[in-house]
Amino acid sequence: MNYFPDEVVEHVFDFITSHKDRNSVSLVCKSWYKIERYSRQRVFIGNCYSITPQRLIARFPGLKSLTLKGKPHFADFNLVPHDWGGFVDPWIKALAKSRIGLEELRLKRMVVSDDSLELLSKSFPNFKSLVLVSCEGFTTDGVAAIAANCRFLRELDLQENEVEDHRGHWLSCFPESCTSLVSLNFACLKGEINLASLERLVARSPNLKSLRLNRVVPLDTLQKLLMRAPQLVDLGIGSYVDDPSSEVFSKLKAVIQLCNSIRSLSGFLEVAPCCMSAIYPICENLTFLNLSYAPGLQGNDLTKLVQHCRKLQRLWILDCIGDKGLGVVASTCKELQELRVFPSDPFDAGNAAVTEEGLVLISAGCPKLNSLLYFCHQMTNAALITVAKNCTNFIRFRLCILDPVKADPVTNQPLDEGFGAIVRSNKSLKRLSLSGLLTDQVFLYIGMYAKKLEMLSIAFAGDSNKGMLYVLNGCKKLRKLEIRDCPFGDVALLEDMGKYETMRSLWMSSCEVTLGACKTLAKKMPSLNVEIINESEQLEFSLDDRLLVDKMYLYRTLVGHRKDKPEYVLLL
Amino acid sequence: CGRILTAKDFPSVVSHRTKNGGPSVSVSGTKRAAESVSHEGGSPTGVSGSSQVVGWPPIRAYRMNSLVNQAKSQRADEGDSGIGEKDKPKDALKKKLNYNGNKISSTTTVNEKGHLGFVKVNMDGIPIGRKVDLNAHSCYQSLAQALEDMFLRSTNSVGAEKEQLTKASKLLDGSSEFVLTYEDKEGDWMLVGDVPWRMFVSSVRRLRIMRTSEANGLGIHKKSMANHSCFSFSVSESCYSFVAAPRFHDSNERQRSKPI
Repeated sequence: MNYFPDEVVEHVFDFITSHKDRNSVSLVCKSWYKIERYSRQRVFIGNCYSITPQRLIARFPGLKSLTLKGKPHFADFNLVPHDWGGFVDPWIKALAKSRIGLEELRLKRMVVSDDSLELLSKSFPNFKSLVLVSCEGFTTDGVAAIAANCRFLRELDLQENEVEDHRGHWLSCFPESCTSLVSLNFACLKGEINLASLERLVARSPNLKSLRLNRVVPLDTLQKLLMRAPQLVDLGIGSYVDDPSSEVFSKLKAVIQLCNSIRSLSGFLEVAPCCMSAIYPICENLTFLNLSYAPGLQGNDLTKLVQHCRKLQRLWILDCIGDKGLGVVASTCKELQELRVFPSDPFDAGNAAVTEEGLVLISAGCPKLNSLLYFCHQMTNAALITVAKNCTNFIRFRLCILDPVKADPVTNQPLDEGFGAIVRSNKSLKRLSLSGLLTDQVFLYIGMYAKKLEMLSIAFAGDSNKGMLYVLNGCKKLRKLEIRDCPFGDVALLEDMGKYETMRSLWMSSCEVTLGACKTLAKKMPSLNVEIINESEQLEFSLDDRLLVDKMYLYRTLVGHRKDKPEYVLLL
Repeated sequence: CGRILTAKDFPSVVSHRTKNGGPSVSVSGTKRAAESVSHEGGSPTGVSGSSQVVGWPPIRAYRMNSLVNQAKSQRADEGDSGIGEKDKPKDALKKKLNYNGNKISSTTTVNEKGHLGFVKVNMDGIPIGRKVDLNAHSCYQSLAQALEDMFLRSTNSVGAEKEQLTKASKLLDGSSEFVLTYEDKEGDWMLVGDVPWRMFVSSVRRLRIMRTSEANGLGIHKKSMANHSCFSFSVSESCYSFVAAPRFHDSNERQRSKPI
């Protein structure tokens, strides 16, 4: 390859798009490193504290698209206190000062301020795409700045963010000249919007393919929007309530028939089940259906709908569909690859909505299943073993039994054998979440068989340090390990300290790790940041090395301690 | 003391959100006193383990909050705003609808699933509500007892449980820091206990165990409060401690503790 001029090599690199591959390419030789770095346009940074924006900018001057992740995953479940970190502001400031022509920014679990959004909107004339997932700290004023200032905006995608809604007509801030929108998702915003502005915006966006509305957009507006945008591929419905005998509803039924490009449907944040029949005509073509935010639909409404969705590949649904409903899914959706079943009432064990039976039915009926997130009230080893026989293609297998230490209700045994079967037969498994009563044995199996495992989430499991050691020793590809409430301690933590340099991060909370062990680890491994989060009243961390640590989060980094840590975090 | 409470804890009453904008802003570790734990994870009784644990089940906070809010607005009847931040204008057409397709008769309580008798109960500070079957009770005392069992007796540790038993006083007699309120057919929030039981059952839509300090200005029927055994306001502060408090006459209704 060195016989070719740089431009040719660069052209070849254009065909290499995955981050992993480009990272590998850059390690081959100096010449390739140089060519690669100048031609790299998309960068993914899984932990915003592993590198500084300055170094990013220095290495990749041609950067156009940046993806950043901030807080650890367990922050989603309120295990990470407020103000822990993950601020995007320094990144935007640094990029704004540089000559980087940023076009796309994708953030997950970061703290975003209105000021940052405004700076972003004013600093990059070609900015095209903003995707915020599970972020917080901003208001609709920041969103308004993006709408107002990004002249070529194509994508504004807000997913599950906590946004303070000032109801300030952010939507009306899109100038009349903005006609470039391809994707607009504001389902997570709670406040009123100017419906007429929305209609005009959709009318002047001929490239609009994806539109996800929030709950204040009523059915009659939906009908008008669909009239303007029958080319939509992805639709998120806000409010879907009307009298089925009304004229508006008839108009909606008619216009839906014209929307034969819709492949993805979500929302129904408010819904009257009697109106669902209007949707059936587009069900035939759906590949993604997300009804997980539609508690207004009962089990039989869901079942009736799903029966029309023969081409479904991804289904996100609430557990009120029930085991029987899952049986209908299994017999209808033969193309199903991903299933997520969320609990509609996480704390009420009264109605056992889905059990192991539903999962078994799905595994038997859907041979292409490769991704599962399943919240249920109980699980048996027998069921898991059956699932493992039926499905050998799992990439993601996340099982959450609502009672965290529940044994197999039939045999009263731990679920070690069941999960063992899963990892043994699914050799491509990359992500696994465990629950239920589990001993060290399940970790022995994981270490033995889950050779491709990259992310493991453990809670209330195991008996001793051996459990954690099986995993650390066996799972060579492990990148993220998050553990809560397990009897793993110093011995496990310190056995192979070099391992953590091969991983992105390790989270351990309510385990048996002492402050002393964390200090040892931090001292021996300068390439790791070891953070202790201690929220109890004891403010004097340094007193006793035997103190059990509440929460420890460690991650590899090239840039040492971060400067923005809050008071309750101790960086060792 | 208890955790930091935010506007998020009072979705039906307070119409603004905190600057932080984050999900439930509790600063909590799992080694906290059982007292706070029981208010973190949701409904504290019944389910063995899962309801008492911080951060379990592992559902994204946004989704959890959304479930709660949506459940509230589903509960509400035609014309009700539900979420509490604003009143959505609903046209006359929607007034004819109710989500479960049943008619609401004047003597029964029907929830959105069409199950007679069950109404949703939320307690200030607990993100997820519970349901209680009104038809299973024949008087206020029985209902209050059931609610106290549901919400106030719950914890992992025996010590804290004992503490709660001795400290927890009945919701109805005003010695608690909380009062029991309900939303009636007209959408007004009233203090429970004023009207005959049957009348209450036929007009109640949902219940809320409200902090006494928030119960200011609630509608009460004309009866004098002083002699009524059902409620009075306590003067306690923002901590979750159930402290016996002196009774007040209704003329002191306006007296309240500092806003949280």
